[in-house]
Order: sequence, then C-alpha cells, then structure tokens
Amino acid sequence: MQTETTYNYKVVRQFAIMAVVWGIVGMLVGVLIAAQLVWPQLNFPQLGEWFHFGRLRPLHTNAVIFAFGGSALFATSYYVVQRTCHTRLFAPGLAAFTFWGWQLVIVLAALSLPLGFTTAKEYAELEWPIDILITLVWVAYAVVFFGTIAKRQVSHIYVANWFYGAFIIAVALLHVVNSAEVPVLAAGLLTPKSYSAYAGAQDAMVQWWYGHNAVGFFLTAGFLGMMYYFVPKQAGRPVYSYRLSVVHFWALIFTYMWAGPHHLHYTALPDWTQSLGMIFSLILLAPSWGGMINGIMTLSGAWHKLRDDPILKFLIVSLSFYGMSTFEGPMMSVKTVNALSHYTDWTVGHVHSGALGWVAMVTIGSLYYLIPRLYGKVEMYSKDLVTAHFWIATIGIVLYIASMWISGVMQGLMWRATNPDGTLTYAFVEAVKASYPFWTIRVLGGLLFLTGMLVMAYNVFKTVAGAKPVDAPVLAPAHA
Amino acid sequence: MADFINGFWNAYVMVLVALSIAFCIFIIASNMRASGKVGELQPHKWDETLQEWNNPLPRWWMYLYWLTIFFGIAYLIIYPGFGSFPGIAKWTSVGQWEQEMKKADEQYGPKFAKYRNMDVKAVAADPEAMGMGKRLFQTYCMQCHGADARGAKGFPNLTDHDWLGGDGSPEYIKTTITAGRMGVMTPFKDILSEDQMKDVANYVRSLSGLSHDAQRAQRGAQVFAENCAVCHGPDAKGNPLLGAPNLTDDIWLWGSSEAQIISNVTNGIQNRMPAFGEFLGEDKVHILTAYVWGLSNKQ
Repeated sequence: MQTETTYNYKVVRQFAIMAVVWGIVGMLVGVLIAAQLVWPQLNFPQLGEWFHFGRLRPLHTNAVIFAFGGSALFATSYYVVQRTCHTRLFAPGLAAFTFWGWQLVIVLAALSLPLGFTTAKEYAELEWPIDILITLVWVAYAVVFFGTIAKRQVSHIYVANWFYGAFIIAVALLHVVNSAEVPVLAAGLLTPKSYSAYAGAQDAMVQWWYGHNAVGFFLTAGFLGMMYYFVPKQAGRPVYSYRLSVVHFWALIFTYMWAGPHHLHYTALPDWTQSLGMIFSLILLAPSWGGMINGIMTLSGAWHKLRDDPILKFLIVSLSFYGMSTFEGPMMSVKTVNALSHYTDWTVGHVHSGALGWVAMVTIGSLYYLIPRLYGKVEMYSKDLVTAHFWIATIGIVLYIASMWISGVMQGLMWRATNPDGTLTYAFVEAVKASYPFWTIRVLGGLLFLTGMLVMAYNVFKTVAGAKPVDAPVLAPAHA
Repeated sequence: MADFINGFWNAYVMVLVALSIAFCIFIIASNMRASGKVGELQPHKWDETLQEWNNPLPRWWMYLYWLTIFFGIAYLIIYPGFGSFPGIAKWTSVGQWEQEMKKADEQYGPKFAKYRNMDVKAVAADPEAMGMGKRLFQTYCMQCHGADARGAKGFPNLTDHDWLGGDGSPEYIKTTITAGRMGVMTPFKDILSEDQMKDVANYVRSLSGLSHDAQRAQRGAQVFAENCAVCHGPDAKGNPLLGAPNLTDDIWLWGSSEAQIISNVTNGIQNRMPAFGEFLGEDKVHILTAYVWGLSNKQ
C-alpha cells in the first residue's frame, strides 16, 4: 500500500485522531480549573497537591495549545503539503518519529506538570529534558515539511505552505532561544529542574518575545496555513486575492516579532521597549486582518453555501473571531487600555476568543473536512451532529467571552477605585467575590464547548469505525 | 539613557527600528497601485481545484495600514522608543509615577496631616480619623492580619492584649509599623534529639494546662531550662525584648498541637513584619497606629 504513488495519510490520520482526543483532554482540564475558581474544594487538597489550580493550569494551556493545536497543525500541514506539492511526504520514518515523539512530549507534560516540575515560564513550562525532545521532534518536522516542498512537482509553492513554513521556522527559533536554561546539579548529578539562562527584565523580555510569538506563529501563522487550504477547498472558490496574501504574509511574520513587550507594560522593562511593543502591535492590525479578509471574501459569490454547510460555518465563524481578537489585541496593547485590562479576566477572555473562536473553530472545521477523506468517505457520519456541534460551540464561546469581558472590566475598575482620602475603595477579595457569577457563567460556556467536542468524538468514531484507511493516489499537477 | 551600556547599542536599536518601519512602509507602498485585476485568475492550480484571484488590495485596508504606521511614527516622535531619543514630550514612566504621587500627596496629604499633632489616643476617638484608619488597614494590613484584624496562623491577632515584642502602647505600635519586626527562633534540629523535642513539647503544653504526657513533661522541664529558658525565660513567660512569646497563656501564634510545637522547635521560625514607614509616610502611620491601638483599647 505504502508506495510512491499514494500520499502518506497514515501520519495524517494518527495526528488527526489524536487532535480530537487531546482536544477533549485539554478542554476537560480547562473546565475543571474554571470550576475550581468557583468551587475551591475541586482542588482536592485532601488528595495532595497534584490537582491544585496552579499545577493544572499549565497542563490545560499546554494540552490545548501543543497537544490539541499541535496535533491539528501536524495533521493538516502534512496533508496540505503533500497535496499541494503533488508528491508523497518526504522521509516517512522521520514523519512517524514526529508523531510518536510529539505524543511522548504530551504524555511527559501531563505527568511532569501535575508533579510540580516547571520552569515557571508561561507556555514554556516544560523542563529541559522535554525541551530537548521537543527540539528533536521539531527539527524532524522541518526536515519532513521542507523536504516535501523541495521535491514538489509544481513550480509555485501554494500560500498555505508559506504560513506553515514560517510557523515551523519561527517556533524552532522561539523554542530554542527561550528554553535556554541551566539544569540544577544535585550531588554531582543532573536533576530535571533548571533555571533560565537569562536574568531579570531580560528574562521577562525573552519570555514574552517567545510568549507573544507562540501566539503569532503557533496559533496564528500555522492556523492561517490551515485556513488557506480548507476554506477555498470547502467553499469551492478561488482564494480572494493572491496579492493580499503576499502582502499580509510578509507584514504579519515581520511585525509579530516586535509585539512581545506589550505583555510587560508598566513593568521594569525600559520605557522605549514598551513603546516599540505597543506601536508594532498597532501596526499588526492590518496585516492580521488581511488573512481574515482573504478568507471571508473567498466566499463572496457563494454566501448561500453558509446556510447548509456546517463546515463552512465553522470556518467562516472562526475567521470572524480571528478578526475580532486581532482587533482587540492591538487595542489592549495601547498602554492606557492596558492599564485597565492587564491582570484581569479581560486578558483571559481575549485569549479564549482567539483560542476557542479562531484556533479551535478553524481546526474543528478542517478536521470535519479531513477525517472522512482519510478513510475513503465523502463526508462525516452525521451532518446534523456537525451542525449541532457548531451551535453548541458557538454559544459556549459567546458565554465564555462575554462573562470574561464583564468580569475583566469590572475587576479593572474595582482595583483602581479610590476613596476621597486616596485609599482603595475595594479590598482585593471584594473584586474576587464580585467575580463569582461571571466565573460560573464561564464554567457553563466551557462545559458547552467541551460537550461539542464530545459530540465530535462520537461523530468521528462513527465515521471511522469499520472504515478502511485509504491513501489517495498522488495527483499529477494540472497544467493550467 | 541608562538603558544602553554604550552608544553602539543605542545606534543599533535606532537603525533596527528605522529599517523596520521603512520595511512596513515598503510593503504597503510597493503595492499601492492596483496591479491586480478584479476577476482575473492567477495562472496556477494546485490539488485539482485550488486557484487564486488576483483582486487588488482593498482600499480601506491599505488606509488602515498607513494609519497605524503614521501613528507609530508620531508616537516615536512624542514618546521614548527610538533608541535613546527621549521624545518631545519628555515622558518617562518614572516621571508619570512621580507626578501622580505628587498630585495624590497634594490632594490627600492634608486629610492625613490634620491629625499629625494630635495624641494617638485622641485620634483613636475621632470617628473621621478612624474611618480613614480602617480604610488604610483594609488596603495595607488585611492581607496578613485579616479584614477583622484577628490574624491567622503566623500572623498575630491585633485585637487582643497580647503583644510579642512590647507593651502594646501607641509608641510600640508605631515603631512596629514604621520599622517592621523580625521574629526569629533558632532551629533545634541539630541540637535536640527527637525524644527531647517530644519531651519539651509536652512540657510547653503542660504550662498552659493542655493535655500532655506527664512523664515526658517532667523530662521536658530539664530540656526547657537548658535550651529554651534563655529567650523564653525560666518561668516561660517570654521576653518582649527578644520578641519571645509567653508560653504559659492560651495564645498560640502557630497553633498548640504537639506536632506543631515540635515542628517549630525543629525548624525554628523566621517571621517578619515589613517596615511601612518610608512607604506610607508619618501621617498615615500615625493614623494607622491609632486605629490598631483602638482595636484592643475600645473606648
């Protein structure tokens, strides 16, 4: 079966199925920690420290970003790069290594984080032995991806591959630089604990250069690659503007690199650095919107398809959330706005409008397109369940984001309120107390989104069960 | 500017910023002319169906991009960001903070200064001052001592008449708030055996009439006299000069269980009340002193 005449779908299938599995795991942990904020007894202190919020929160972020999002990016990039290069995936052994290596990273994360091993760097909490494994997997990923590009049968590289390529290169750079750390020696032996190679404000700067570009390249560029394949495919329409894709690609990948300092406004970071972070975040607005325009306008002339195609609904709504959060982001990077929004639930709401609204929705839409085709089927087992998933997920996101907006602005206003004598009007705990109703709504929103994922798992199971894995034949390039 | 160790890095940042903005301008300027045509397909096709229109860039989108670039340049002229150039507004975050603090001092300062020359006990009797005292307490002190000032494990209750390092007079309270306090107890893990720890713990419990093993308590008395009496006194009534607590009453900062006492004896204690004098200023400390004094001296 595995010959040069068919595409390598095996690794795509593995990653696609695991994306669904890790999505459920990551979101389940998310719902649990959201519930812990409302009902603290869910920290299960009597069982030990392993289920405390502080241990599970990084597990949630790592699981949804790197396990769910990462698996989805591996699956779709391997699928897209083969099909748009009209050639079989390069180095199948390395591709298999990326699958098993990445799964091992995820399992190690799921064990080490609750046990308390952490570098304490947000979104880069995993300790140095896991960091090394990630580096190896990532280099293999780059070899497979760019090797496939190199042996393509068409002269032009399709736009989706630019974004996937930028994502792979940038994440390698970010990971290696930010994870530079010194392991702790105990009795002459290496321990799994390490400390950052950087100190003080520089450490913070490197961390948020990484942190914001993890958003920019992992969660934006990578998923834009996904968007550029699955939207025109599902809509059956050409991409709206080649020129726009060129312009916004270069503007986006160039400008994102500057935006990190907006995470450190009004801190010990030098003023000039904060200013640069802010202005380049604002300049980033138009390049970000370029992707949204190109995706949504691809549907122009075929809007009617939105009415009865739930996959398109997922994809187009994801682009709407993308546009909304990439407007919100630059606004929050303005120092005056940031002075109110920073450290509040507003940030959490903003992240989730990107993570649930954009990343998860575009992934779900793409997987619904992808999975039947990997098993020789035309469509999912039940279209009605896909539609149901869409509505459950959308309502869940709206509840989540709206509750966080309200509680975030409320917290910001309560923290800065002062009495006529300059003392604080509210003690911190009063803002916590006032947040409870919104945290409860957030749990409900998250629960709905998780329910949608369970519906998806059932639908995927029914689609895949009994079906034979099919590797489609490599197509000859069209000579248009 | 102190942010740069020498002129090279300043120039490096300036060049990098200028080139980056120039690149953003180049990206958009080189695409301003509508070279694309509506309804014209690019001559490539991938994966059977994937094609691209060559539609020109939306006008409003280009203007949005220009607008943000101009905003960025204007911001760098006014505010710091272009290397060591301070910006024409001469704004700094430290300067903003100092200005806000100055304004706040001018606005709020007189409200607190009003009580400066009043006796602490008189301030404690003034309802307006006590309103402010309570709000100050809720802002700066409740994180450790609790909203009701009754303390928590390791954080003293301020509403009783038990004072670790003094007599609870206004002067004592003011010194504590202004300069802070250190509470240190030596760890005995390398000095006493486990059995001795248990003995002394039982002895200490016996002093305040708590249940104990009489035999161990008897042996513990000897251990106490040799190791603990130096600070806590031969009668275990404590020594305010050293901040050593009275062990014969029923007030337990850390808890009275045998296990807790053994833990304290084993590992010692490093407790600290931060100094607030510089941070709050004399006037606020004066009002806080009156408030705290008033908690245990209800009139």
